[in-house]
Amino acid sequence: MATFGSFCILIALVLAAYNLVAGAVALRLLATGRPVPISPERLADTARRAGIAGFVAVTGAAFALIWSVFSNDFSITYILEHSNRALPIPYKFAALWSGQEGSLLLWAWLLGTYGFVLRLLHKTDVRLYAYAGTILSGIQVFFLAVLVFAAPPFALLPGYAAGVTPVPADGNGLNPLLQYPEMVIHPPMLYLGYVGFSVPFAFALGALMMRYPGEKWIRTTRVWTMVTWLFLTCGIFLGMHWAYAVLGWGGYWGWDPVENASFMPWLTGTAFLHSVMMQERKGMMKSWNVWLIFSTFLLTLLGTLLTRAGLVSSVHAFAQSSIGTWFVVFMCIVLAVCIFTYVLQRGHLKTEHHMESLVSRESSFLFNNLVLLAACFVILWGTLFPILSEYVQGTKVTVGAPWYNRVAVPVGLFLVFLTGVGPLLPWRAASFKAIKRNFVLPIIALWATVIVCLALGVNPWKGGEFSSGTFYALVGFAVSAAVLTAIVAEFLRGAGVISRQTGRNLIAATWLLTRRNTRRYGGYLIHIGVVVVVVGLCGSAFNRSVESEMGLHSTLNIGPYTLEQVGATQDSNLNYNSEYAMLDVYKGSQRAKTLEFEGFQFYVVPIFKIVPLQMTPEKRVYLASQQPQTMVAIHSVPEWDLYVVYEGTNPDTGQPIIKAFLNPLVGWIWFGVAVIVFGTFVALVPSLTPATAALRVPAAKAVPMAPALKGGD
Amino acid sequence: MRFRAFSFWMRVAASLALSVAICFSLGATDAGSRFNNLNHRLMCTCGCNELLGECNHVGCPDSPGELNELSAAIASGSNDQQILQGFAAKYGATVLAAPTTHGFDLVAWIAPFAVFAAALMGTILLIYRWGGLGGKRQAPADVATANPEPEEQERLDRIRRETGTDSGF
Repeated sequence: MATFGSFCILIALVLAAYNLVAGAVALRLLATGRPVPISPERLADTARRAGIAGFVAVTGAAFALIWSVFSNDFSITYILEHSNRALPIPYKFAALWSGQEGSLLLWAWLLGTYGFVLRLLHKTDVRLYAYAGTILSGIQVFFLAVLVFAAPPFALLPGYAAGVTPVPADGNGLNPLLQYPEMVIHPPMLYLGYVGFSVPFAFALGALMMRYPGEKWIRTTRVWTMVTWLFLTCGIFLGMHWAYAVLGWGGYWGWDPVENASFMPWLTGTAFLHSVMMQERKGMMKSWNVWLIFSTFLLTLLGTLLTRAGLVSSVHAFAQSSIGTWFVVFMCIVLAVCIFTYVLQRGHLKTEHHMESLVSRESSFLFNNLVLLAACFVILWGTLFPILSEYVQGTKVTVGAPWYNRVAVPVGLFLVFLTGVGPLLPWRAASFKAIKRNFVLPIIALWATVIVCLALGVNPWKGGEFSSGTFYALVGFAVSAAVLTAIVAEFLRGAGVISRQTGRNLIAATWLLTRRNTRRYGGYLIHIGVVVVVVGLCGSAFNRSVESEMGLHSTLNIGPYTLEQVGATQDSNLNYNSEYAMLDVYKGSQRAKTLEFEGFQFYVVPIFKIVPLQMTPEKRVYLASQQPQTMVAIHSVPEWDLYVVYEGTNPDTGQPIIKAFLNPLVGWIWFGVAVIVFGTFVALVPSLTPATAALRVPAAKAVPMAPALKGGD
Repeated sequence: MRFRAFSFWMRVAASLALSVAICFSLGATDAGSRFNNLNHRLMCTCGCNELLGECNHVGCPDSPGELNELSAAIASGSNDQQILQGFAAKYGATVLAAPTTHGFDLVAWIAPFAVFAAALMGTILLIYRWGGLGGKRQAPADVATANPEPEEQERLDRIRRETGTDSGF
């Protein structure tokens, strides 16, 4: 299978190279119109078919690696280092992305898959898709070349000869940190996001090369960009949840360089999704949009470089290797191509309209982009400053949470503020009266929240000293309330008009309103999701924790909960040994209750029963790698998470040491993400056209839509 | 009337800015909160990559000793700066959870705000150039250059016609 996999990668490389060269030649011939013996259209089509065949080849390589994992082929170095016989089946799949070579193969396969879909859809716009396909093949050549020359996934053990050298009986096993359900889905999601930005990048570069109308390529790539953004969003939040549930430190975001690396393209991608609306509606910011998507793609490469080259210390970083140089060279080439194309074609990117007022939707988009880019710079700066410091001063410094909390959090809060302000401003210019009308309710909500929070004890000056965390939380709650009020008021205003026009109730009118402009109202739903996430993040200012050694029937108090130790025991299976404690949880004097999943009714309806809450935090030691791993017990309710960690045993007494956290509002973060996902799906659904909308409205009541509801995103 | 309203809001904004500045200038004073504040400005040196006050490894070889050192330093009457410098001298600069505000480290703090300010200025200038602040709009001749030549326009129109669909899927 190793030979088959290696050949597949080699064949895929040859096909990608052919796609690149033949595609480039054909497009050049088409652009110049020079007569040649072969038809450029046919040459371009052979290039496209080579791209499709390349996908089949790289799929073969990915299949070969998975097959090798499942067949425990420990003659392959990668399999030996990242798998073992007792590894559960889902984690055998995870072995594909648990090491450098495998994750690069996953990258190449996902890129091949995106390219495959793109090439199948080529009839949408043959010429533009040919450009995009050719550019994607250039990126694919790079990744396949790395797989062939620098990080071969099918390399055999040093000195291994089939039938002569014995194969090791078992592998070293998968990194215990990766043996968690989310690790089966978090990396592929993140990679789908990372790799996916190659597609809008390819379209942007291709469109610039062929001087394609700006608004067309943006419409063509809108779905690609949104889907990619959604994958990246899910990937980032799944990673946060994994960090929360597995690392056992009670937090979900540690400003780790690799976390930062995934967040940077998300910020620029978000800026791009907003600023393209300016180009679509007003023909403005054409150069800006092109550079935003170029930067986003370059940042995905930078993130991969940070993960793989060991430039910065990180819990995610793989061992230092020579492939960092490959990435640096590739990034330089990409940047050079982008600059060259931009300089050559910049005349095509002149703005078509002007701004009429500082207080307008246009300027809010500009400020939104400014803040998103500033946030991106802050994170990039914080991530790279240790390297810069070492270069300048000769000593490395740590840029940790205190620095980000002081620099990045204010920028983030300002961004949330703009999330609410932007949609309230009309295109072109806003009158003073309109501003007053739109902003009164949010301002009332803001100050009401401040007063309520202060009354409930969210006071930054409590006890005579100032707490910046509580202050930020207070600002976060207040701004979130204002933004939420603004968005809900927008929905209600529109739904009220529809309700009056059609006689429907408010809920049905809101549904119809959303369907009439899914992009706009889907966007609002995403903003609501962001606000809910922010509220959840603000809760971290009030985290509490307590740690105690717990003998049988001893108790530990945190917040309203009392934990009683009713047993501590050990267990083992083929994969790991574990120790865990059983803790009965009381709320006040009563046993706390929780929902337990029982099964499905009619195969789809989940059935739960209410049971007394017992938590079992666990510590595992994996046999193959002899590495320990924490399995946190979490009881999540809307107010907070009760988060319990089995830290180990006291060597003197043999008693378990338990650390309990009470983390307010964490559940809101995950709920907010669900709203963001829902909002994105809504925004992806095509809006009702006037014709189909008319079919859904009773003829007698059908009246033209009010101008206030038209357009606007 | 409008000017008066504007002036009022400016005064409110200035007062808010001042109160925020005062809030930030206030600091923790008692020993307990100083201990908590300082252990969140230091890193554990065991390699766990966590703040000293949040290192939760049972049997961590370093954090208990460092926490004791911190308590002793506070009890000895050293100020925050002296304590942090003492830790940096003993364990290296990486023990500090954030760069200092001296020498090259100061750049770490200034650069984000400087870049933000420059970008803000740039955005305002751009809006001014585009006429959003009532500034000089582009001359008609400039606008004309934004519109393509007739042949180019024809080419763009042809592309738009030939690719009538508006979405990729």
